Amino acid sequence: MLRAEGLRHSFGSVRALDGISFTLSAGQTLVLFGPNGAGKTTLLKVLAGLTRPEAGRADVAGGRRAVGWIGHQSLLYGHLTVRENLLFWAALYNVPKAERGRRAADLLARLGLADRAEVPVRFLSRGLMQRATIARALIHEPRVLLLDEPFTGLDLAAAAEFRRLLGELGGAGRIVVLATHNVDEGIELATDVAFQTRGRFVHFAPRGARGAAEIGEAYRRAVASG
Amino acid sequence: MTLAQRGRWVTGTALALLVAVYVRALVFTPVERFQGLAQKIFYLHVPAAWSAMLAMGLVGLASILFLLMKDYRFDRFAAASAEVGTVFALVMLTTGPIWAKPIWGTWWTWDARLTLTLFLFFLFVGYLLLRGAVAEASLRAHYSAVLGICGLVLLPFVHLSVYLFRTLHPQPVVLKPSAPSLPGSMLATLLFSFGVFTLLYVGFVMQRYALALAREARGDG
Amino acid sequence: MGDVLRHAWVIARKDLVLEFRSRTALVSAAVFTALVLTVFNFGRDPTAVATVDLAPSILWVTFTFAAMLALNRAFQLELENQALDGLLVSPISRTSLFWAKFFANWVFVSVVEAIGLPLFVLFFDVPVGGVLLPLVGVIALATAGFVAVGTLFSAMVIRTRFAELMLPVLLLPFLVPPLIGAVQVTAQLLGGRPLSEVTGWLRLLAAFDIVFLTLATLLFPATVNE
Repeated sequence: MLRAEGLRHSFGSVRALDGISFTLSAGQTLVLFGPNGAGKTTLLKVLAGLTRPEAGRADVAGGRRAVGWIGHQSLLYGHLTVRENLLFWAALYNVPKAERGRRAADLLARLGLADRAEVPVRFLSRGLMQRATIARALIHEPRVLLLDEPFTGLDLAAAAEFRRLLGELGGAGRIVVLATHNVDEGIELATDVAFQTRGRFVHFAPRGARGAAEIGEAYRRAVASG
Repeated sequence: MTLAQRGRWVTGTALALLVAVYVRALVFTPVERFQGLAQKIFYLHVPAAWSAMLAMGLVGLASILFLLMKDYRFDRFAAASAEVGTVFALVMLTTGPIWAKPIWGTWWTWDARLTLTLFLFFLFVGYLLLRGAVAEASLRAHYSAVLGICGLVLLPFVHLSVYLFRTLHPQPVVLKPSAPSLPGSMLATLLFSFGVFTLLYVGFVMQRYALALAREARGDG
Repeated sequence: MGDVLRHAWVIARKDLVLEFRSRTALVSAAVFTALVLTVFNFGRDPTAVATVDLAPSILWVTFTFAAMLALNRAFQLELENQALDGLLVSPISRTSLFWAKFFANWVFVSVVEAIGLPLFVLFFDVPVGGVLLPLVGVIALATAGFVAVGTLFSAMVIRTRFAELMLPVLLLPFLVPPLIGAVQVTAQLLGGRPLSEVTGWLRLLAAFDIVFLTLATLLFPATVNE
């Protein structure tokens, strides 16, 4: 369960969050659209516990232990192998020692990285790096996944691949919050949709039967007026 | 009256009183027997060092309070105090050699007061450089607070080091008027000067603080 | 508490593996030390002052500069792929992170000193035979002080402009008290005089270490939290 109440945060004179409240439960995937500078990254950072908001609170059941984070940076160590990175992360998240090897092997297999497990991360292609990043985020079996513009820098094929993997592994009773500025990315994964401009939600509703085009139109209208 | 105006009044009063200190020191205070006229700079030199020390102490205190309460007024105050402290430290460091040369025959000595003030100067400059190098307000305030507290804690260690150094390597005995053994009128002048310098500190900090407020309101704080 | 230490060890070990795997930083620091010693040799007039009088200063100035060079690496490691965010998002405490970095830095600097000391003995023909153990003790004591403050400051400096220049300017005033103490005790040892004469300095070194290690542990969270 994830709850945000009255979140407010500024950087100097810029209001990144201006009173945001919402609740999400297991199984919901919120796709958050907004232009650059709308405060999406700040919102995710507050949810992840990276930033403490000036006002309001964010509660994620399970705390930081239950949160997985995927941004445009991989957060992996280039000189360590894929497997070593995964084991390191597992240790940080207190995954029991006996479990670590098994989970790593499992994720490597499901993400098609098994034959690259012993390769230092810096030698991986962008697409494989993205898969390794997903593995990293899932090794501790988080109940909440936060994704901050994860499609940045991916070509069409890699982005499609990423969406597919996300669809397979992301759901499954998790809460997912995906922030993006591109309406075409990830809309099909959403159970709920929100538009954020200038620190506020100008729309927050279940996706329902709406498709990318319809949502895109609503988004453009919201951004133009807000 | 706004803070800036009040600050100007305080500073103006302090400067006027400073003139009075000069007059009193030069005309009404007896000339010290062994050191002659050059000793008179002592009345500026010691209180300036004191003001720099006061400034540092308040930077440290404000830093602790900022980290505990996250109130940016403490950060603004610390920054103002650090700038003013730098000025006083510089005054002390320039008057020090001017005094030392005729008295001790050398432009510089590593005695407790000069060394400590030199370190104060380095700490202040480092503090201001750090502030200048961080663009984002929250990060800047946190980093400055950390440095401010560390700086304050460093001072006793510097003092202790100088003390140990001198007991291990005794310097030639020098004639150096220390406060308690001053005759009455000299002590009075000195205390008067302390008061004036403290007032000067307060006035400068008020003005600097007001300036910081004005800058932030304008949007380039 | 157990968790704090365990996480600290996991991170420190990762740092040391990365450091010794890529070796660039270690080799650079070692070569730098050798070069500084060489410069000192050519920068003095051997007929004017006896080497044994200058030796403690040469040793400690060299170690000070080498330590400053080495301290930058701790958080540089985390810049790649923004790994620091990964550490902050995880459930580890900030204290674990500080102690991990402190320990890894301390090992790293100690290795550089372990390479520098024999070179120093060689270049300046310094008789360390009988006093090697106490000398190593003093080196460890002073290094702990350098690294405590250095780790704290390098965490801050990493996000400023001109990081490499900022660190020395901020750090050097803080290195002076342990430096003085180290030089005095080293001089005492090399001169074959009893340590009982310098208990004041040893106590200063110990007090500095304890005070600043505690202070750095307390203040470190302020440098990484927002």
